[in-house]
Amino acid sequence: MKTFEYIRPANIGAASATAAQSKTAQQGADVRFVAGGTTLLDLMKLNVETPSRMLDINGLPLDKIEAAQDGGLKIGATVRNSDLANHPTVKRDYAVLSQAMLAGASAQLRNMATTAGNLLQRTRCMYFRDTAMPCNKREPGSGCPAINGANRSLAILGTSESCIATNPSDMCVAMAALEATIHVQGAKGVRAIAFGDFHLLPGSTPERETVLEPGDLITHVTLPPPIAGSKQVYLKLRDRASYEFALASAAIVLTITDGNISRARIAMGGVGTKPWRAPEAEAALVGQAPNQANFAKAAEAALRGAKPRSENAFKIELARRCVAHALSMAAKA
Amino acid sequence: MPKHSQPSPTGTTRRTFLMTAGSTAAAAAFAGHTATGATASEGQGSAAGPDGPMIEGAVAITLRINGKDRQLRVDPRTTLLDCIRETVVLTGTKKGCDHGQCGACTVHVNGRRVNSCLTLAVMNEGNEITTIEGVGTPDALHPMQAAFVACDGYQCGYCTSGQIMSAVALLKEPCGADDASVKELMSGNICRCGAYPNIVAAIQQVRKPG
Repeated sequence: MKTFEYIRPANIGAASATAAQSKTAQQGADVRFVAGGTTLLDLMKLNVETPSRMLDINGLPLDKIEAAQDGGLKIGATVRNSDLANHPTVKRDYAVLSQAMLAGASAQLRNMATTAGNLLQRTRCMYFRDTAMPCNKREPGSGCPAINGANRSLAILGTSESCIATNPSDMCVAMAALEATIHVQGAKGVRAIAFGDFHLLPGSTPERETVLEPGDLITHVTLPPPIAGSKQVYLKLRDRASYEFALASAAIVLTITDGNISRARIAMGGVGTKPWRAPEAEAALVGQAPNQANFAKAAEAALRGAKPRSENAFKIELARRCVAHALSMAAKA
Repeated sequence: MPKHSQPSPTGTTRRTFLMTAGSTAAAAAFAGHTATGATASEGQGSAAGPDGPMIEGAVAITLRINGKDRQLRVDPRTTLLDCIRETVVLTGTKKGCDHGQCGACTVHVNGRRVNSCLTLAVMNEGNEITTIEGVGTPDALHPMQAAFVACDGYQCGYCTSGQIMSAVALLKEPCGADDASVKELMSGNICRCGAYPNIVAAIQQVRKPG
């Protein structure tokens, strides 16, 4: 691990101002915020991340879960994953988020990992994590050995010829389906970012994963007011029963009115280069009866455009079945 | 669970022998640069303490471990795990993968279980840290330690302190009554020997006495 200066910023403004001195807020940032440390310290031990300054934000007042003014929920940046997953309001009104978070990592890691850290969770692509290998995300222009290499766990949606790294988060999949908003304190003030706009597709710049700029500190996430009567499910399929990243997952928020689907929100994990919302599948369901045939059609729509590589073509059918089964689970919930 | 290392007739234990041999070798190889005292004993703190040789870039911190404040000097890169083992010399906490994947390093911070390999020592000032040494003693085992003994919840024992720290924390967490719920909440602790059925039995014995 490279040496760094450890700093506890006095307040949010000071944290943002110091971070603004970094050339980038993306891969290779010179200044990093640390809260849980579960992703960052792991990558620093591998020399994938080499910040010269570490800003410990655990002392900042960002650790509350509160009712938002519009009837939604305000979740602080440093709220621990376990506290969010087990919060009574989240369990009652945003069950898909609680389920997704409890399906992620281990009990120890959930006690450490934070809301903002999970938003910025890095890919598990083995080439990204190994500095002996080329990787366009880690070293722009060096190449992507994953495209013709060990890509069984990698993405089939949102990929490019530069990068097929999967976004590994479970929390983000649920937040995509719940249409969360991310709030940032930046060098030029505060701003709100719609969840779907926060993560970027790799395109030709896979080193750029989010819209964050130097100095941007995520302060909190808001969830819109709960959808009355919505049925919510998170289904995660993986190589072992627990403590494993998704091969495919689905977050479903479904409203059934007078026997037909009146509203559907669907997002997928384990298959996309970013948390993957499936608007085509949602549109295919509205006005339809909640039955197997319609769920299968929606699942088909969700995977349209999927691009398989040498080892991960199985994910297309797996993700289809995951979405269809999660929809049927939600309809029965 | 075995008692503390049994002293030999010469008064040495396996651990003190290895520490002495290791630091003697280090002294020979890096004369003038050794940072570890040959005579350090468990829980005493060693040369990285305030009176030890200077480590470039080290910072002074106070950590509260098992109810006792300890003034330490550590490189900011030092994980809580390495600080507990190498600086404070409480070696019950084990290093397995060092990447948050195995759970051998599990300790409690403010009563909650965490992977001590993925947090820095400097980030834990002001926190109440509990290691396996703070849970029970050979003469007064924590009920979970006694249950691991009774149920044979280990073979080689390397993962055991992490398993027990997780299991003790689990008692205060939301967890269903069935074995499946216990297995789910214990999935962050890997046992290479595969003692899982007995570990689950030990935990259930403590949760459902009698």
